[in-house]
Amino acid sequence: MSKSVSIGQRVTRRISRVSHFGSHRNFENYRDILFVLLQKELKVRYNNKGLGFLWSIANPLASALVYLIAFQILMRVRIPDYILILITGTFTWQWFTNVVGSSSNAFVGNAPLIKKVSFPRNIVLLCMSCNHLIHFLMSVPVILLFLVLHGHYPALTWIYGMPLLIAVQFTMAYGIALGLASINLFFRDMERLVGIILNFAFYLTPVLYPVETVPPKLRHLMLFNPAAPLIAAWRDLFINGKVDWLYLAVSAGYALLFYLLGTSIYKRLSWKFAEVI
Amino acid sequence: MTSHSNQTNSNQTMRDPVVSFQNVYKSYPLYGHIRGVKNFLFDFPRSLKSMKDESFEALQDISFEVYEGENFGIIGHNGAGKSTTLGLIAGVLKPNRGIVEVRRRVSPLLSLGAGFHPELTGRENIELNGVLMGLTRREIRLKMDEIIEFSEIGDFVNRPVRVYSSGMMARIGFSVVAHLDPEILLIDEVLGVGDIRFQKKCLDKMMTFKESGVTMLLVTHSVASVINICDRAMWIADHRVQMMGNPIEVVEAYCEAAGLPLNLGLINKAAL
Repeated sequence: MSKSVSIGQRVTRRISRVSHFGSHRNFENYRDILFVLLQKELKVRYNNKGLGFLWSIANPLASALVYLIAFQILMRVRIPDYILILITGTFTWQWFTNVVGSSSNAFVGNAPLIKKVSFPRNIVLLCMSCNHLIHFLMSVPVILLFLVLHGHYPALTWIYGMPLLIAVQFTMAYGIALGLASINLFFRDMERLVGIILNFAFYLTPVLYPVETVPPKLRHLMLFNPAAPLIAAWRDLFINGKVDWLYLAVSAGYALLFYLLGTSIYKRLSWKFAEVI
Repeated sequence: MTSHSNQTNSNQTMRDPVVSFQNVYKSYPLYGHIRGVKNFLFDFPRSLKSMKDESFEALQDISFEVYEGENFGIIGHNGAGKSTTLGLIAGVLKPNRGIVEVRRRVSPLLSLGAGFHPELTGRENIELNGVLMGLTRREIRLKMDEIIEFSEIGDFVNRPVRVYSSGMMARIGFSVVAHLDPEILLIDEVLGVGDIRFQKKCLDKMMTFKESGVTMLLVTHSVASVINICDRAMWIADHRVQMMGNPIEVVEAYCEAAGLPLNLGLINKAAL
């Protein structure tokens, strides 16, 4: 009996089909969905109070302060301009970890929409990524302030270095988040696993320390950590005004890989979202 | 393929169906044992087995067609598969087997407060629902006043939806969908919440839809609205089509099967 059913399913899977004619969307509609969802997220997150900006910088700033106290004052780490290392590390890392960390809840948190309305669901993730990008951009002046206070000034390389790194990090974070958000619908404890992995990644990524302090023997291993070259490249750009093409290329490779992986997971699973949510 | 469907529905040969189901099967996997990665890995064989075998058949061999401008009612017991049917039409679900074809722009599944974000104001929710339905913000802005006026919720439109009563949610939900030029309107048991006057208003609106050629699919437990609104009705029992045709006959058979003989005189009076 069960055998005949499974054979039946295999045969008929070929003729299962849904065709929606007349439900096509144009570009303006896609753009507006993104815009309205983004507006919604920003509003819900900050409840429309002017404090929004402060919150987006308070977090990385506070963690930078904590690490400064712990490592420079209490443990007496001797790294010149350690505060700059911390600021450039934590702000960029925060952006990455915010996107990846909040991905688990992205689809689950929008359950009513996913259940009832047929729309391209990856827009939810795209919107979330844009949201965190905005927060990062708003925190750049703070990084700049610290740099200027320590005698470092913006370099001309920022003009092309920043957009490149932003594009790479955006793509990488979006890809990872899209894949995780999709899987999380089927395995709801993915969230915890992600938390643990992010914790590991935080210490294995040069956020709290510059790449130069890593023993030369281990330094090339850094390239196996997708986030490491990215954070290192950001720091090089911010502090030294230098675009490190090796780091940039490796990160771009990872970004492309994760983007393809994330979208293919999403494509395979997305039609089941409404069933499992 | 169109010729095939015309043959099977000889009495509807003049019009093309806007929604057509051909031998549609839908089952939901229960995902019973795979609540998480941990369970999945540590209980792998059982998880795999449950993934393959355990499923819930929500629809079995459902075939029907709905034509342009028709008001089509779907009735049946709880869990019979009515909402799954609407989900398939809305495009949020995919059939395991069979063909679902929809030839017009579908409204989202309209049920109480679905797609509404509690923290956003009524106005913002109208915009959100509109773009999700496929309209642009420009188009929505043109209709905003009309929507708010129809819903009669007054100043509440500028307050967050979480402070709304369930009737207000229903009002605004219906107004949005009704004013966003749907071509196929899916209504999942929503009219019962508004007060009598608003229900009447909705009914009137639905009748104007009918004149403008909007196709409506209505899932409801109110046999009165099936009789009053629908041109045809389908009764789903045990995940199959039990009966389809004249709404009064279908409702009568449905009520009889439920052990509650239908008293038409009483219902008509109540509905008016």
